[in-house]
Amino acid sequence: MSIIKTDKLVFEYIRRDEDGNVEGITRAVDEVTLKIKQGDFIAVLGHNGSGKSTLAKHMNAILCPTEGSIWVDGRDTKDESEVWNIRQTAGMVFQNPDNQIIGQVVEEDVGFGPENMGVPTAEIWQRVEESLKAVGMYKFRKYSPNKLSGGQKQRVSIAGVLAMHPKCIVLDEPTAMLDPNGRKEVIRAVRALNDVENVTVILITHYMEEIIHADSVFVMDKGKVAMQGTPREIFSKVEELKELRLDVPQVTLLAYELQKRGIALPDGILSIEELTDEIVKYSRSHGERR
Amino acid sequence: MLRDITLGQYYQTESVIHRLDPRVKLAGTVIFIISLFCFHNIWGYLCAALFLFAVVKLSKVPFKFMIKGMRSIMFLLLITVVFNLFLTPGETVLTIWKLHITKEGIRIAVFMVIRLTMLIIGSSLMTLTTTPNNLTDGMEKAMSPLKLFRLPVHEIAMIMSIALRFIPILMEETDKIMKAQIARGADFESGNIFKKAKAMVPLLVPLFIAAFRRANDLAMAMEARCYRGGAGRTKMKPLIYKRRDVAAYLLLFAYLAGSIVVDRVPNMIAKAPVEEQVITTAGTLAETDLIDLNGLDNIQD
Repeated sequence: MSIIKTDKLVFEYIRRDEDGNVEGITRAVDEVTLKIKQGDFIAVLGHNGSGKSTLAKHMNAILCPTEGSIWVDGRDTKDESEVWNIRQTAGMVFQNPDNQIIGQVVEEDVGFGPENMGVPTAEIWQRVEESLKAVGMYKFRKYSPNKLSGGQKQRVSIAGVLAMHPKCIVLDEPTAMLDPNGRKEVIRAVRALNDVENVTVILITHYMEEIIHADSVFVMDKGKVAMQGTPREIFSKVEELKELRLDVPQVTLLAYELQKRGIALPDGILSIEELTDEIVKYSRSHGERR
Repeated sequence: MLRDITLGQYYQTESVIHRLDPRVKLAGTVIFIISLFCFHNIWGYLCAALFLFAVVKLSKVPFKFMIKGMRSIMFLLLITVVFNLFLTPGETVLTIWKLHITKEGIRIAVFMVIRLTMLIIGSSLMTLTTTPNNLTDGMEKAMSPLKLFRLPVHEIAMIMSIALRFIPILMEETDKIMKAQIARGADFESGNIFKKAKAMVPLLVPLFIAAFRRANDLAMAMEARCYRGGAGRTKMKPLIYKRRDVAAYLLLFAYLAGSIVVDRVPNMIAKAPVEEQVITTAGTLAETDLIDLNGLDNIQD
């Protein structure tokens, strides 16, 4: 069964001038229809203003569709009585780690979600411990969030969502404000959740390196899903991605440029190892001729 | 300079004081502060200082953390001292130009400094040993009877806890904006106090905008984590009085009783022989109460 399903989802922002008159309407999400399978690692790509964040906020019932529908684990987000169940099913991690940590101590923050859900005290402690261990932050449980690095804070935020035992985690550009090390930390934690705990992950990002391990990738542009496929399929279309103002990973780009110069390499190379293997193979088969 | 304010900052360590129920600490702080303003002579303050010193030692918080908090109120302290010193009427000790320093002025100024110093140390000790969440939990529970009067106790507690959480973040933000503006030629340092205040205006606008943006994000993050007010909420750290809390309450009342006794008794003893013996000296004594060492002499007599 699909955990998230949308049908011709439309969301419009109404722009108003200073007097409150309607100035214009921006369609942030435009007739998006997609299905996400339970347990998948999904990446949503797109440059700024492509509507990917708006789409993400629908999955948590923070925004309600203007037209069309979205079902989270079979529940329609328009049904107000289901809102809290939906938020419990699909947790959300935001971009700025400082603006989503409520507790003054790491463990208190992780316990915030279960507290709101009315989980009994003993179980809250158990959930907090499990979640902090899952993201590798257990030894920091007594720390003040202000003393943690960006990557660590973001992992605490993920643990906070995880403690609510969601079936699905939506991460809205969780690495945008982090340095490369923090980025790696967070992505590693997210992948572990997906592999070990079998939580559905929907990662919204504009860093290409982060989507390599995804099961499926959606590329968004102007509110529409412009491309869809496995990372390999997506990255083999370098020209199309460039048109959407997106960069491919450097390795893929290098392979693509070599291809253009007439070196026969396969499409959609994703890692350095893969490229070196292919180049070795290529030079072996062509080496004798020189 | 902005980082010096320790009020509202938690110092992480393991100690008896840290583990106490926040309600005990709240009550303790309130009683301590009230007691500071009730003392009449040095003995009461000595008693309070001893009590404070013992609690500070027990809390294992380095003393320099409390001193740091003091730096920010130095100015206030100075003003209080100067005003009390020169503007209290009474027996003149020293005259500088048109200003008279009086005996009473010295006494009040000294007491004021002691009071404020201990007040700041006492209250920052509470925030240093209690996590803000814990503190607001304590307030929420202590004020919960007010719910009957439709006071949104939980909401108030939540607002306070969030405010405390964001103090250091907004401080950092202020620092950042200040530096960004200094880099572009803004001048926060020179000029008189009005000029300095005026220079702060362009600082406040971006700070407020940033704060509102943060508030917006935070509200969304809280909703995403199923926050819907106090009803139906469970507690990760429910407040239940333990044996050590009862012991702390007893100690607190022992301090209160002890300090009242220490504060009043020398006076009573000082006044007792008044009727029998030298009326003239006793009269001035009762009026001034100045650091009642004289009173002690009387006892020895």
